[in-house]
Amino acid sequence: MAPKLPPKAPLEHGNSITGGASAHEGEHHYRSGPLRWLLTTNHKEIGTLYLIFSLSMFMVGGIMALVVRLELFQPGLQMVQPEFFNQMTTMHGLIMIFGAVMPGFVGLANWMVPLQVGAPDMALPRLNNFSFWLLPIAFVLLLSTLLMPGGGPNFGWTSYAPLSTTYAPPSTTFFIFSLHMAGISSILGAINIIATILNLRAPGMRLMDMTLFVWTWLITAFLLIAVMPVLAGVLTMMLLDINFGTSFFNAAGGGDPVLFQHLFWFFGHPEVYIMILPAFGIVSVIVPTFARKPLFGYSSMVYATASIAVLSFTVWAHHMFSVGLPLVAELFFMYATMLIAVPTGVKVFNWIATLFRGSITFETAMLFALAFIVLFSIGGFSGLMLAIAPADFQYHDTYFVVAHFHYVLVPGAVFSIMAAVYYWLPKWTGHYPDERLGRWHFWLSVIGVNLLFFPMHFAGLAGMPRRIPDYALQFADFNMASSIGGFLFGFSQLLFIWVIVKCVRGGVKAPARSWDGATDLEWTVPSPAPLHTFETPPDMRRIES
Amino acid sequence: MTPVQRTVTKTVIALIGMVCFTIALVPLYDVFCQITGLNGKVASQAQPIISEEVDTSRYVTVQFITRTGSGLPWRLEPLDRQVRVHPGQSYKVLFAFTNYGDEARRGRAVPSVSPSEASLHLRKVTCFCFQEQRLEAGEHLRLPVVFQLTTDLPESVHTVTLAYTLYPAANNPTLGERAMPAQGGDA
Repeated sequence: MAPKLPPKAPLEHGNSITGGASAHEGEHHYRSGPLRWLLTTNHKEIGTLYLIFSLSMFMVGGIMALVVRLELFQPGLQMVQPEFFNQMTTMHGLIMIFGAVMPGFVGLANWMVPLQVGAPDMALPRLNNFSFWLLPIAFVLLLSTLLMPGGGPNFGWTSYAPLSTTYAPPSTTFFIFSLHMAGISSILGAINIIATILNLRAPGMRLMDMTLFVWTWLITAFLLIAVMPVLAGVLTMMLLDINFGTSFFNAAGGGDPVLFQHLFWFFGHPEVYIMILPAFGIVSVIVPTFARKPLFGYSSMVYATASIAVLSFTVWAHHMFSVGLPLVAELFFMYATMLIAVPTGVKVFNWIATLFRGSITFETAMLFALAFIVLFSIGGFSGLMLAIAPADFQYHDTYFVVAHFHYVLVPGAVFSIMAAVYYWLPKWTGHYPDERLGRWHFWLSVIGVNLLFFPMHFAGLAGMPRRIPDYALQFADFNMASSIGGFLFGFSQLLFIWVIVKCVRGGVKAPARSWDGATDLEWTVPSPAPLHTFETPPDMRRIES
Repeated sequence: MTPVQRTVTKTVIALIGMVCFTIALVPLYDVFCQITGLNGKVASQAQPIISEEVDTSRYVTVQFITRTGSGLPWRLEPLDRQVRVHPGQSYKVLFAFTNYGDEARRGRAVPSVSPSEASLHLRKVTCFCFQEQRLEAGEHLRLPVVFQLTTDLPESVHTVTLAYTLYPAANNPTLGERAMPAQGGDA
């Protein structure tokens, strides 16, 4: 088997792909104004809605992070009360995970999966609309808890019981309800993506012909189906404990708080891969494009992704090394966690091998993808350090953990979304993004993000605990540097918005194949992509020779 | 059925399967912990003393820790903070309950054993933790715990810690009855 990117020879001549599309374009503009967006079932429009929602949640969650960084700029209590600080850390985590990163990836999947598999739309367009519109409702509800008596959730995004049950603010029921809605949205989105990928591929496109972005999303969707019910279950048990007098997590009634942690992390660890696998896919399409070489080791990439997904179910207790696990369990979860470094290493190796002797150009999308490879690897290494069970007793709940997961989530997941936006903006808008502004955005972000998160490693190793609004004096310099980096990173995202707005309004016209080395199916449709594409599926059957 | 419907049906079945699995995880966790003793829970009913030869060659230190809180104005203190015991022999230790509050309250002590390897080898014949206690305002009460460490306690265990945490039981009698089934240690 010699898997490769989809054959492009028959497609470049196929004018039937888009020929049929323009004929239908006019009749679908019968609705205008807000109702059009409320009722749309078009995968591109829903994708746009998801991406706009994700960007706005990124800004809201970012403002909360800046409140946190402002308070931590100097030791002592300056700006906010500890109660509000706790709400900010909690809401920042919840909003960034469930409101920014996950919808961002779902938005990209909505836009690009049908285009990359040659499908006219998602398999279940109305469900698609429903799963998007659940999100704004869920997050308005979640944000409204900040205004309720007792404030919003203040127990950390992990919402460990009994902190989130017995000692939680009264608004916790609303928090549970909003996360239920976000979870249902994710599940419906995942079902839709699976149905699209498995059923609507262009004739002749085999699974091993799909782009890595489609592959990683297929695997991510299965992870979502597997673990979102666990989150829903654990939230429901919290709800019952709070409102109906059960004792799932209440030791007084015979329950066990550690059960909460087991259940939560059984969801939570696959969840962190849900937030990184699509990023792997994005980088695996961008790097070959700008290195002008096919992806090195395509099939090993697919198998590595699948094995990361499978292994993710066997490592959850590495978040709980210090709860008092027996030695056997500590060792098992330590080695299982370290095992994940192997498929991840395969991926990093393949990206570097793809770059090797390629004719590389450094467009903004490529800059973000390259930064992803380097900085995600740093996050991966600190993850390996945390996996060492005896060492984790020192690192647990310190800023070292904060540094680790922010390295994999910000220059990891978030940079990959930014790379994807720069990469696909020509396809979405028909204009190239402004390269000069893009480079400014990139360099300010890279400098900001490293200044923000790198010192946290040192503060954490020296023992600075997480989620505390004040700290000992010896951490003052590290925190001041982090805060300066935080504001630099935060405000440089305004440039990102400017680049997007500018690109939507105009710019250098992009041809159908906007990037020199782009070979995937989406580059065969015109830029900007018309509302309806691939109504006649492209023929991907290989010409036997 | 169209292929899309078939895929969606399969996915929804997988989804329902995961929901059932999640619900099953709670009793599974309890059973798993009961068999392995991993969460340090000990039997919540009296267990008979196993008559076995006392292993006089070996000493194990048993420490007693108590915690109060959760809004119950009580104090619980072990009269012996630690004892050195031979596996196989049964011992009696006393705990003192005091209600500092100005009203009668009911409370319940929940035991926990660490290291968890020892929890299956600690047998209790008498324990105040088997039922709720009711203390009048200012009342002082001494209650015994009779326990035995079995001789098959792993060699590596030299110290066993038995911790009691006091929780308020509902003053409302109907609520109190509802709290009773929780004795069985179900989730």
